[in-house]
Amino acid sequence: MFDRDRWREIFEAISKNKLRTFLSGFTVALGILIFTILLGMGNGLLNSFLSSFVDDAQNVIFIRSGNTSKAYKGFQENRRIQFKNEDFEFIKTNYLGKVEFATPRIYRNGLAKYDKESGSYSIRAVHPDHQYLEKTIMMKGRYLNEEDINDRTKNIVIGRLVEKDLFKNESALGKILNVDGIAYKVVGVFQDSGGDNEERIIYMSYKTVQLLFGNNDHLDQINISYNIGMGTEQAISFSKQIEKDLKEKFKVAPDDQSAIRVSSFAEDIKETMVILGGIYLVIFIVGIGTLISGIIGIGNIMTFSIKERTKELGIRKALGATPRSIIGMVLQESILITSVAGYLGLVLGILALKLIGNNLEEFFILNPRVDTTVIVIATITLILAGLLAGYIPARRAAKIKPIVALRDE
Amino acid sequence: MIEIKDLHKSYQMGSNSLHVLKGIDFSVKEGELVAIMGSSGSGKSTLLNILGMLDEADNGSYFLDNVPIKGLNETKAAHYRNQFLGFIFQSFNLINYKTALENVALPLYYQRKKRKERTEKALDYLGKVGLSKWATHLPSELSGGQKQRVAIARALAADPKVLLADEPTGALDSTTSYEVMDIIQKINDEGKTILVVTHEEDIANMCKRIVHLKDGVIVEDKKVEQVRASQYV
Repeated sequence: MFDRDRWREIFEAISKNKLRTFLSGFTVALGILIFTILLGMGNGLLNSFLSSFVDDAQNVIFIRSGNTSKAYKGFQENRRIQFKNEDFEFIKTNYLGKVEFATPRIYRNGLAKYDKESGSYSIRAVHPDHQYLEKTIMMKGRYLNEEDINDRTKNIVIGRLVEKDLFKNESALGKILNVDGIAYKVVGVFQDSGGDNEERIIYMSYKTVQLLFGNNDHLDQINISYNIGMGTEQAISFSKQIEKDLKEKFKVAPDDQSAIRVSSFAEDIKETMVILGGIYLVIFIVGIGTLISGIIGIGNIMTFSIKERTKELGIRKALGATPRSIIGMVLQESILITSVAGYLGLVLGILALKLIGNNLEEFFILNPRVDTTVIVIATITLILAGLLAGYIPARRAAKIKPIVALRDE
Repeated sequence: MIEIKDLHKSYQMGSNSLHVLKGIDFSVKEGELVAIMGSSGSGKSTLLNILGMLDEADNGSYFLDNVPIKGLNETKAAHYRNQFLGFIFQSFNLINYKTALENVALPLYYQRKKRKERTEKALDYLGKVGLSKWATHLPSELSGGQKQRVAIARALAADPKVLLADEPTGALDSTTSYEVMDIIQKINDEGKTILVVTHEEDIANMCKRIVHLKDGVIVEDKKVEQVRASQYV
């Protein structure tokens, strides 16, 4: 294996039989290249699929209310179900250990003005826990805190783009922002990976909003996150439990779909897993298919190559080459070619994926990448296949009697 | 040098068995130049193949330089071929992607000689057949006679005990044939034992002894007055 003369002999054979070298190398390189690109594309598809979930925490349960669709326990249908602060407290305290974070939400819109700039923005009135549920990242200042809730302060936290829109190059921190005629103090600026819309939002204390607008304790929505150790199945049954308890509390028919709606990513994740499984399967089948065609290709080339060399091998045998040295030479040559070509295909494939980058985002292919381990395993598989495909004819060639190999002219 | 007793060889042709060699007794001393003659089908090539360990006899004994040649495995046969024998073929059988020099050096590679020594020896033998200038040429750039001379140099390179030539002039015109025979005679003059299979009278007459084969047996074995090829060159 490490015989220098043997390698010299092999390099000579390779460099002087360019077509043969090219064909077998090309087959392997192409196989690995296609395998890499396909796998990368598949992963890109997965990435774009997964990226739609990174915006919010994965373990969130959304609790919304609406109008009843059925008469129940003496109540008419089409009754409005309104969450209040006590419902929020009920959820927070009733499922101790299962609920990680909890926040209500009240939605509003408001016209914000600063100096000469103004713009209409979504306002979310929330509890400080909202930061963790929404994965809000603070750029400067702070998020809302308990004091803001209890003291009903007029402190607000604004999105990065709100600051950019209204304050231009100034820092909004500590400035007074006028929203619908009321002056608020900006205590923090945040960013969010959920896109531009998520950064054009103003957060304020839910109790402040309740005080300022209607002086009630109404809530539009309650978001909670469950203990992440629960797992998908448990999370689904947990959200069903909440739905059941709330329906009892509000005297809503158990099969009423519209009055109280509890949804969670757990169900989405379950669905997603099915789709992901499908994508994985397709990638797997395509990958295996590519590999198999590569193996067949390299097998053909090796058989052809050794057939072509029968006479040369016969001459070598007549000159004193042992069967072992014949097999060794043929196999070492094929290992060398397939390794180099495989590596080349791998590098080209990774390069191609780099070039593609996020250019295909509109086709749902995001950041196509391959796991190096997978590709290396694929390359080694092809090398081994080439070895096996080479070994069988090489052994036959080594066994053939020189006079037979030399006979036909 | 070569001792053969009661050599038999049959080939299976479908359901029929073709008895090619029917008891050959034959010996060659060191330094002899023997022509093996016979029409096609007489068994002369089979005999040469058995002598060259390219084929094995069914029956009989074969000693080469007092070494019994029997029941060899492939590896052993390869070593013996490399040590004892040099082959010259009708169709030259040079490796087409190797230069003349590399072709000549190949048996030395299988003797595990150092690269430098291989090149020196190969150049030396190429010089012996008058092809020093052609060392770096590929076989495709050489004429038939030149190719055969490269093949002879290659056969000599391993310094074998016996040279086996199977119709060495079969693919050459008569002038080139005589050139090749001239070289073979000169090698023999230096003491090398050489067996030449041929069906051409004039070539056979350039050897020192002629063995006639017919239907698998030796019908005639005579010493002849050697005709020197050099007078035709």
